[in-house]
Amino acid sequence: MQPEDQSPALRMRVSQAAGTPIYLQIANQIKYMIASGRLRPGEELPPIRVLAERLLINPNTVARAYRELEVERVVEKRSTNGTYVSENGSPLAKDEQRRILTDQVDGLLVQARQFKVTTPDVIDLVQRRDAVLREGDPTSEVIL
Amino acid sequence: MSDVLKVENLTHNFGPKKALDNVNVTLGKGRVLGLIGENGAGKTTLIKHILGLYQPGQGSVRVFGLDPVQEPAKVLGRIGYLAEEDWLPNWMRVAELQRYYQGFYPGWNQEYAEQLRTTFAIDRRSKISELSKGQRARVGLMAALAYRPELLLLDEPSSGLDPIVRREILSSIVRAVADDNRTVLFSSHLLSEVEMVADEIAMIRNGEILFCDTLDGIKEAHTRVILCFEQGREAPPAIDGAFGWEGSGREWSCLYAGGPGSLVAAASLLGAEVAERQWLSLDEIFVARSIEEAAHA
Repeated sequence: MQPEDQSPALRMRVSQAAGTPIYLQIANQIKYMIASGRLRPGEELPPIRVLAERLLINPNTVARAYRELEVERVVEKRSTNGTYVSENGSPLAKDEQRRILTDQVDGLLVQARQFKVTTPDVIDLVQRRDAVLREGDPTSEVIL
Repeated sequence: MSDVLKVENLTHNFGPKKALDNVNVTLGKGRVLGLIGENGAGKTTLIKHILGLYQPGQGSVRVFGLDPVQEPAKVLGRIGYLAEEDWLPNWMRVAELQRYYQGFYPGWNQEYAEQLRTTFAIDRRSKISELSKGQRARVGLMAALAYRPELLLLDEPSSGLDPIVRREILSSIVRAVADDNRTVLFSSHLLSEVEMVADEIAMIRNGEILFCDTLDGIKEAHTRVILCFEQGREAPPAIDGAFGWEGSGREWSCLYAGGPGSLVAAASLLGAEVAERQWLSLDEIFVARSIEEAAHA
């Protein structure tokens, strides 16, 4: 259990400028934090009141974000008021992880195309880097 | 019947000018309503009706189920009001103002008043006439909050204030709702603030309510849509609810007021597909609706 003001969720930011409804921004950021391991299964989310005051937004908006996450089983309500990250790693967190990886792979492929490196060569590099990381010396370079 | 505020078919004339025209607004307990509209649209007139300062020409105003004109004492004792132009007595000191209000409001909580005063860093010995605009706003806010009113009415609370004071005002609104489930109505032209704090929006124009709905509902009903046509076109198509067309050739974008289903149907009749739907900020919705309404006026 972390003290109330230590939850990583309190460091999220929201903005009205992009147009995305604020409850969606909150829900998406919490999913991202779970997928990236900043929020762990079983960890308590900040109380609605605390997050609303921190982000300077309507508490009903935070409540709606938590409700959406609850419906998707990303979080669960326990006892009276507390909201917790689901224990058994929700399927949605896995989708989110895949989405993050897809974004990064896309970035890698675009970069490779600009460098005129073929996809098989990229795959080869990925495998060689994997081997290096397994051997525990991540700084050693692999030459294409 | 737990509506804190219910305005029905309210019409108010200033001479020949309709200041309010058949206005309907309902606000439930624990909700925050943002009242938006251009200067002179009727926001302050509506707020004055809620305070019972005006007699309705037609229609009715009920606050806590009571008529504020008939029972001002019962209604005003439960409303915290912060006006755009403050009415603080200049000759008083802050501590004297607190005592003065204590006499007025049975529910005045001096401990809470002092807590607010300390948070706002106001010296209790300061003379009100010597306070800056930001400090006056803080004192006004302290006075509006210290008797823990069930309904907070804030008329352009952020107007002309620096970001720090604006933050404190927003934070007070959030805390009032989060901690005590109080109800808030505030008018503002800073739509970014309204979008962060309000859960319901009423847009008023020339005395008429253009829309009054939850913020989520308004955002779902107003989107930017990008249409991709099978064949390039010279001019934008005509689709009900679509306006602000931009584009050329096969790709055109518009602002669309309405549900997604009817748009998809209308687009397919014209040989187009909805390529993308984008969210709009309240600011963009307000500008788009204002331009659209002005064009039809």
